[in-house]
Amino acid sequence: MFKIIKYSFYDLMRSRWSYIYFAFYLLLGFVLLFLNNSVSKAVITLMNVIIVLTPLIGTIFGVMFYYNSREFTELLLAQPLKRSTIFVGQYFGLAISLSLSLAFGLGIPFIVYGAFESSVIWNFSLLILVGVFLSFIFVALAFNIALSNENRIKGFGIAILMWLLLAVIYDGAFLISLMVFDDYPLDKFSLITSMLNPIDLSRILILLKLDISALLGYTGAVFQQFFGTSLGIISSLIVLSLWVVFPILRIVYKSKKKDF
Amino acid sequence: MSIEIMRIFIFIINLFFSFSLFAKQIDVCSSCDVKSLKIAIELAKSGDNILLKKGLYNESNIVITKSLTITGENDPIIDGGGLTYIFQVKADSVTISGLNLQNVQTSYSQDLAAIHISRSKYFIISNNTFTNIFFAILVEKSNHGEIFNNTISSSGTHEHNTGNGIHLWHCNNVVVHGNNIKGMRDGIYFEFVSKSKVYNNHSEKNLRYGLHFMFSNENEYYDNTFTNNGAGVAVMFSKYVKIYGNKFDKNWGTASYGLLLKEIYDAEIIDNLFIENTIGINAEGCTRINYKNNTFKGNGWAVKIAGACYLNKFSKNNFISNAFNLSYSGRMNENEFNSNFWDDYSGYDLDKDGIGDVAYRPVKLFSYIVNKTPETIVLLRSLFVDIINFSEKVSPVFTPDDLLDNTPLMKQIK
Repeated sequence: MFKIIKYSFYDLMRSRWSYIYFAFYLLLGFVLLFLNNSVSKAVITLMNVIIVLTPLIGTIFGVMFYYNSREFTELLLAQPLKRSTIFVGQYFGLAISLSLSLAFGLGIPFIVYGAFESSVIWNFSLLILVGVFLSFIFVALAFNIALSNENRIKGFGIAILMWLLLAVIYDGAFLISLMVFDDYPLDKFSLITSMLNPIDLSRILILLKLDISALLGYTGAVFQQFFGTSLGIISSLIVLSLWVVFPILRIVYKSKKKDF
Repeated sequence: MSIEIMRIFIFIINLFFSFSLFAKQIDVCSSCDVKSLKIAIELAKSGDNILLKKGLYNESNIVITKSLTITGENDPIIDGGGLTYIFQVKADSVTISGLNLQNVQTSYSQDLAAIHISRSKYFIISNNTFTNIFFAILVEKSNHGEIFNNTISSSGTHEHNTGNGIHLWHCNNVVVHGNNIKGMRDGIYFEFVSKSKVYNNHSEKNLRYGLHFMFSNENEYYDNTFTNNGAGVAVMFSKYVKIYGNKFDKNWGTASYGLLLKEIYDAEIIDNLFIENTIGINAEGCTRINYKNNTFKGNGWAVKIAGACYLNKFSKNNFISNAFNLSYSGRMNENEFNSNFWDDYSGYDLDKDGIGDVAYRPVKLFSYIVNKTPETIVLLRSLFVDIINFSEKVSPVFTPDDLLDNTPLMKQIK
């Protein structure tokens, strides 16, 4: 399996996409820090970018990588290798390379601008951790979609739709349900609803750490009470991990049954 | 002739004698003739000076019924030592300065204070240090006094067992300036106080409000700093108030305001700085208020207008990197927002006159939604919210369409 991870990883390095991705984050990090002056402000702006872009890029890369490396996959399938090893290996190769691009791309500018000396370092680490989680989650989801769809156009379409669903439509439905059921106590409901979506969960985790919690008023107090405790942090990390584990299990399951 | 000269001579001697009587000074210290402040006050006559030299004086319940000037030399300490007042001033023209007052216990039945002034005129309280006290300076039914350069600090933990720093009740023409107040319940508390001035004070980390006034008309508040107070600054039920050049910052918490205005009429709020407060200004039931040249930076809500506000004018204010610039409920009620600088204004200025050619809408759709359903705030900074804000900006449907800044400024006002 490590060999497959290695090959996928090197393949991505060769194809230069990870460099471009890395360079993009590097540039973004420097520009944000240059324009914002303060590291803590940059973290807030960066959050908006990470919450939206990391899932999108993870999704697109995932689908693209799967379809592109199809021939190589078929070649591998001819070898005496376990199917789960091949697909999970490819998945980790991609997810790790994307996460590294993210971590280094943003890490370098922040370290240059002195994130280590400021108190922001924890917020920043959380931001990167969340970004890494989101990369892993969305690459896994994209792999699932690509595995289930032979038709590339359809696969792409569904992948983008999935991103749209989790990043935008989910929040829309959430907002509408909050407004419709205005008369009922909604704090538990909103807590659970926001925990189910990895993008929302990541956003709220970071928001609460960035001291915007005071803005959230009563609802914020409920959230702070939950996420502020170690139980909250652990359970949200578990939810995020489940979002990684289940799609991987489905990759394994699906790849076993798939006809090539 | 000689008798005449004699008379003049006697008169002059008399004059000298009476003059020296008038300006008599009593020194108090451990090695002086008078060792206790209470005895000194008993010995003194109206108009005398008492000089308290360096040392620790365990005295409390010192009642002053004569016009005295009590001055401390090299920070003498007066320790109240428990459940009592330290000074109770009941005469006019009393000056207390340069003392170090400490240890007044919390009482649940009395407003015990280090200095309690009652029905007095022309009092001066200056350059004192108050530590570990319940109320520091409590003034009632007094006027024409001055309270300045005092340092007040306490380590209060709960609102119910902590007193106020400078507490004025039913007073007028009092000047409060240059005081440094920390860790009390309310830094400066005014109730039924009029024609007074509060300036150059620094009120920090108080449990409830940095400044709190009610039913206090025609007062001026300027060049003060209110930082990191539990609930910021709250002012209520007052008329003709002037608030200018103050700094309200880091009043951050779920129930914290930079400046909470309730039922304020005919006020001027000019040249203030509101930095990193949960809510910069929260106005409720306010009428004819002029907000000018204020800067709102990094607040959750810069301005929140709740119901029943009429004829408020916002002009030439800077709104910079706030999560929400304005939250507004109710009808327009002739409130105006003109010629402000809004950092997210995306219009253009073709004729280069510094005024944007397209009107700015300060209320975002999301801010409107949050106002209606507070729980929706959990969607803050979500992509969906950005999208609906944008679509609302393009064609307003929900937000009040007459809530506009018709002459938004292109550049920040310095």
